[in-house]
Amino acid sequence: MCAVDDLAGTRAAQAGPLGTAPPLPPGRPGPARPAGRRRDRIPLPLVLGACGVLLLITMTAGVGIGSVPLSPAAVWHVIASQLSGHPDNTVAGIIVWQIRLPRVLLAAVVGAALTTAGAVVQVLVRNALADPFLLGVSSGASVGATAVLLLGAFASLGIWAISMGSVLGALAAMAAVFLVSRQGRQLAPTQLILCGVVLSAMFESVTSFLIFRGNPQATQSVLFWLLGSFGLANWNQLPIPLIALAAVMAYLLAQARPLNALAMGAEPAASLGVDVARLRRNLFFATSLLAGVAVAVSGIIGFVGLVVPHIVRLVVGSDHRRVLPVGVLFGASFMVLGDLLARTIVAPQEMPIGVITAFIGAPTLIFLIRRRPYLYGATQ
Amino acid sequence: MSLRLEGVSVDIAGRRIVTGIDITVADGQFVGLLGPNGSGKSTILKTVYRVHPPSAGRVLLDGADLRAMKPRDAARRVAVVTQEFVSEFDFTVREMVMIGRTPHKQAFSRDTEADRTIAETAMERAGCAHLADRSFNTLSGGEKQLTLIARALAQEADHLILDEPTSHLDIRYQVQILELVAGLGVSVLAALHDLSLAAMFCGTVHVLAGGRIVADGPPRAVLTQATIRAAYGADVLVIEHPDTGTPHLIPRRTQPEADKATTYPEGHLCHPVIANGSSPAAPDAS
Repeated sequence: MCAVDDLAGTRAAQAGPLGTAPPLPPGRPGPARPAGRRRDRIPLPLVLGACGVLLLITMTAGVGIGSVPLSPAAVWHVIASQLSGHPDNTVAGIIVWQIRLPRVLLAAVVGAALTTAGAVVQVLVRNALADPFLLGVSSGASVGATAVLLLGAFASLGIWAISMGSVLGALAAMAAVFLVSRQGRQLAPTQLILCGVVLSAMFESVTSFLIFRGNPQATQSVLFWLLGSFGLANWNQLPIPLIALAAVMAYLLAQARPLNALAMGAEPAASLGVDVARLRRNLFFATSLLAGVAVAVSGIIGFVGLVVPHIVRLVVGSDHRRVLPVGVLFGASFMVLGDLLARTIVAPQEMPIGVITAFIGAPTLIFLIRRRPYLYGATQ
Repeated sequence: MSLRLEGVSVDIAGRRIVTGIDITVADGQFVGLLGPNGSGKSTILKTVYRVHPPSAGRVLLDGADLRAMKPRDAARRVAVVTQEFVSEFDFTVREMVMIGRTPHKQAFSRDTEADRTIAETAMERAGCAHLADRSFNTLSGGEKQLTLIARALAQEADHLILDEPTSHLDIRYQVQILELVAGLGVSVLAALHDLSLAAMFCGTVHVLAGGRIVADGPPRAVLTQATIRAAYGADVLVIEHPDTGTPHLIPRRTQPEADKATTYPEGHLCHPVIANGSSPAAPDAS
């Protein structure tokens, strides 16, 4: 039962179509390790520590860099004095506490939420190319937000109108996808993907219709919203996404083992004692909640929920007890960095962050796909 | 310690797939489920591992109704190895085997030393310990099956359900896998494709056709020319295996052999494969 013999045997059997090929010559070892064969896992505390440091650095940079540059020491001085109950009312203090810090924190929370939602949706539909917006939440939210921006719905709610519109749109889309794709008690992956994609297309056509009927100026603000931005961030926007993220995260960490089992497929999971129908339903609502809340505060920021889970899995493997906590920290860092680039690259103008995340994300994903072909459907 | 199916019928999407199935797997027995494609083998197994509920009849584990058990409790008694599959996600063999501990663990509970020992022992017994740090998706079909058997062992169930565990494997692994399973000392219910292999390993076999059991008993009594013709619509020769004395089934061609052997030069048992895959021109010289 030796590994080398095993492999050599298999190779030889595959080499000759009639099974008559001679054994591989000893000079050319068949089972020489192709890259990425052996996976040694880095200890989790180390990865978490590194990602924690990365998050602190990106957040400090995110708060410090801008039209008025501030040193890291100045940034932390303001934060420390605010937290100790002595508000810093200098210009720097106001820039940090009123403008940049809530923005950076919101970016971090949304980045973490989208990464978590993405990682879970990929298990839910058992497809590595799924993202949190696959299940229709974002396109539903677009309809709501567009209706607010173009038709003036919920005008009495003031600055909350867009959030309200997008939340209602996301909820409607979630309910629609859930009801349409459900078969008995089951939410099957293929039905979920198809219904999500089809209903998304329908919602998008409604959005397009609204834009088509709207005036050019309002259309501009719709387009800006659709591409995502943290430009309107303030402290009041933080609690709801943060609470949603914490609650969903607690649930997911409790379900990390069943999630691993579900990653094997529905039937193996059932044989491992997982109530698959219930788990899938809960995962659907949990990810829709995260994606919906993220969209409500920042618009539709694509690619983060698709790419970041892949980067995390590449480093720590697929065990969700590792993927989920690392994903929160790394997703947060990724988004803070993306937002920093979005507002500095073409300063004093601000780019929609969706442009940045897609621009960084697409090549990253292609790199990953090419590096690990066997994970993406290629035979060796 | 027995698994019993009593009058089990299963409907899927309003269609009856299997009807009135009675099967008993006594403690430590290796029971085979045979039958043509679509005869309902997988459906019966999936009823045992709780993917499909029976629409009539019961599945009993030591006399207790399996459906009344909590999924976790049932999973500690019944483990499953299905056909080779590809995971969308990158797990190492060790992680894969550790997933077998799922029904034994509570939310938030960590892997203990005991869990790790159980996983290592499972890999040793299944013969895949040397693969522990390899990525599952890079393994050969046979190695994947060894890993899935190790996962089932880590689950510490005393019943093992196998759904065509050897159908894509080479002849060495076909025997190795079944030999391994037969030596585990657990009760086994296995759907098998290869009738001769089934005859070598199973104490009892049940032959399905059209969703009903058409024959059951020891392989020697069941695997006859007449049964195979009735169940599969196939013509076979049955001989005795020289080593084991079990029935060995040899398929027969439906068309008379016309064009083989005569058209090839002497010394060639089969025609050489050439690059474009077409047959060599029929040699006139012979």
